[in-house]
Amino acid sequence: MNYKNLTKIATTALKRNKFRAFLTMLGIIIGVGSVIAMLSIGQASKKSIREEMADMGTNMIMVMPGQQRRGGVMMGNSDAKSLTLKDVEAIKKEAKYITDISPQVSTSGQAVNGNNNWPTSVYGANAAYLDIRKYEIEDGRVFTEKEIKSLAKVCVVGQTVIENIFSDGKDPIGQTIRFAGIPLKVIGVLKEKGQNGMGMDQDDLIIAPYTSVQRRMLAISHIQSIYASAVSEEQSDAAIEEVETILRRQHQLKEGADDDFDVRLQAEMVQMVSSVSDMLSLLLGSIAGISLLVGGIGIMNIMFVSVTERTKEIGLRMSVGGRGIDILMQFLFEAVLLSILGGIIGILFGVAISYIATYFLNMPFVVMTQAIALSFLVCSFIGIFFGWYPARKASGLNPIDALRHE
Amino acid sequence: MGKAIIKVSALRKIYHVGEMTVHALRGVDLEIKQGDFAAIMGASGSGKSTMLNILGCLDLPTNGEYLLDGVNMAKLNKNQLAGLRNNKLGFIFQSYNLLPRTTALENVELPLFYNSKVGAKERKERAIHALEQVGLADRMDHMPNQLSGGQQQRVAIARSLVNDPVVILADEATGNLDTRTSYEIMELFQRLNDNGKTIVFVTHESDIARFMKRNIVFRDGRIQKELSVTDRFNASELIEALSPEDEYES
Repeated sequence: MNYKNLTKIATTALKRNKFRAFLTMLGIIIGVGSVIAMLSIGQASKKSIREEMADMGTNMIMVMPGQQRRGGVMMGNSDAKSLTLKDVEAIKKEAKYITDISPQVSTSGQAVNGNNNWPTSVYGANAAYLDIRKYEIEDGRVFTEKEIKSLAKVCVVGQTVIENIFSDGKDPIGQTIRFAGIPLKVIGVLKEKGQNGMGMDQDDLIIAPYTSVQRRMLAISHIQSIYASAVSEEQSDAAIEEVETILRRQHQLKEGADDDFDVRLQAEMVQMVSSVSDMLSLLLGSIAGISLLVGGIGIMNIMFVSVTERTKEIGLRMSVGGRGIDILMQFLFEAVLLSILGGIIGILFGVAISYIATYFLNMPFVVMTQAIALSFLVCSFIGIFFGWYPARKASGLNPIDALRHE
Repeated sequence: MGKAIIKVSALRKIYHVGEMTVHALRGVDLEIKQGDFAAIMGASGSGKSTMLNILGCLDLPTNGEYLLDGVNMAKLNKNQLAGLRNNKLGFIFQSYNLLPRTTALENVELPLFYNSKVGAKERKERAIHALEQVGLADRMDHMPNQLSGGQQQRVAIARSLVNDPVVILADEATGNLDTRTSYEIMELFQRLNDNGKTIVFVTHESDIARFMKRNIVFRDGRIQKELSVTDRFNASELIEALSPEDEYES
């Protein structure tokens, strides 16, 4: 029997029982739909995390003071004083893979303006810090090199702080904020950045010259951390290696001794977060995969019922010249048609669901072509796998008995 | 009479049911020539159904020889038997065996789907032609449940004609029909036979057998006797003779 006849026979047989065909497909529709939806939503959330992380700068490198050993005693990180301005200068001068670098010192406390106050953090840095951490000035200006040298009491303020302490809608530029008893003149306002991938408000901060924070507020001579940006994300490994080499020399660490600092890449955090979301979507996807399997069993079940119910039809087909292989192919084809058709509807269904979900969750909509191709393959496989046994049963019938079956 | 379409000699069929051995056919010799219209008669258990199954290439004999249109059945495998059923045989059943929710035309087309030499266009043309032969050209888009019993059997007859078989095998083809409709179906059979079709008709009703040319009576797996029908019924005349009352009933 040729392929065209086979298709015609199978489609006509399915058309005779449209509603049952639909019910049979329902399992596959739901299975494929949920697999597609789960994977696409997972992918979308990963993409949105990546985009947010990229906002924070994926080529950003952070240097923190690391574990120190003093006479066999492990010291904590928090009060380590291993990083200094000299380290920053050395990196700035020597490193080829670093474009911008800034020291960072920070402290938290209440920011006060008139009757309003708001708990926030002050970050002491240089002007390059804004580029490194992907902040932009909306209004006013950033502090100058001269202001840094002179320990100027100036600052650049984030939107959240402005909303909370300049509630009367006054232009904040030129106003004064008191922080830890020190009056800081607002010279610039930062553009809004929103929450980061972990739900932290990135607009709740004040940035001031690092010298001012270091000397006037904290009264320390070391710095707490170094922020830098690599030439590009791809070059960041080379940049990290370079920074490590310079710092080890600066800190006069002997070969074999542990680093007393810790260099981290923002991209590593991106990877960490996306691996969590990968795991989640894998989990949800496999639950959805189970429902696809159940859908396949549904097809097998209906095909069995169909073989029993249509025994007489099978007998007739055999008596007019249908060979065993023809009957087998017909039933197999019906099963495959059901599962593929169900798969197509399921794909549309899943894409629609993920579109709606990403729309409401404010995530980028991702069409996963591989997932779609894969579920298409899986559906054909399910059709063949679960259709085979009933089809075998149908083709093995004895035409005489089948004709007499009531 | 023309050449032999069916030639059966010393045919035996033994079934094993559990520990019992059933001798369904105990040596049958039979010849059906082209243009024959033969009734195979007998009570239930006489072996006539087994005979029909073997003639219809649905079953193989245990012993003996069966030549269908010159082809020896004993040497064929299952697929070749199916091919033979498709090319040389037409089946008609007591319960019509039409596919439900399928139009008359598609039902008639069915055997041609299993003939890869026939394309879609030719398939449809031949099915329409077969429906014309049984007088149902105007009903080809009807579903079986929209047709009367007689009409359904006509669709089944059209289906048996569509592959232009060398012999039509009918199994109690009038068994589910009332008298008048039976006569109408017999009229159709007589006309087909007049046009040269060879027909083997299994029945247990002796009045139906009188529409045919030969009556072969089976008993206990053997041919008990064979009669030539002398005062053969003419279906057209009988229908006209039916009282108007009967006409009303049908």
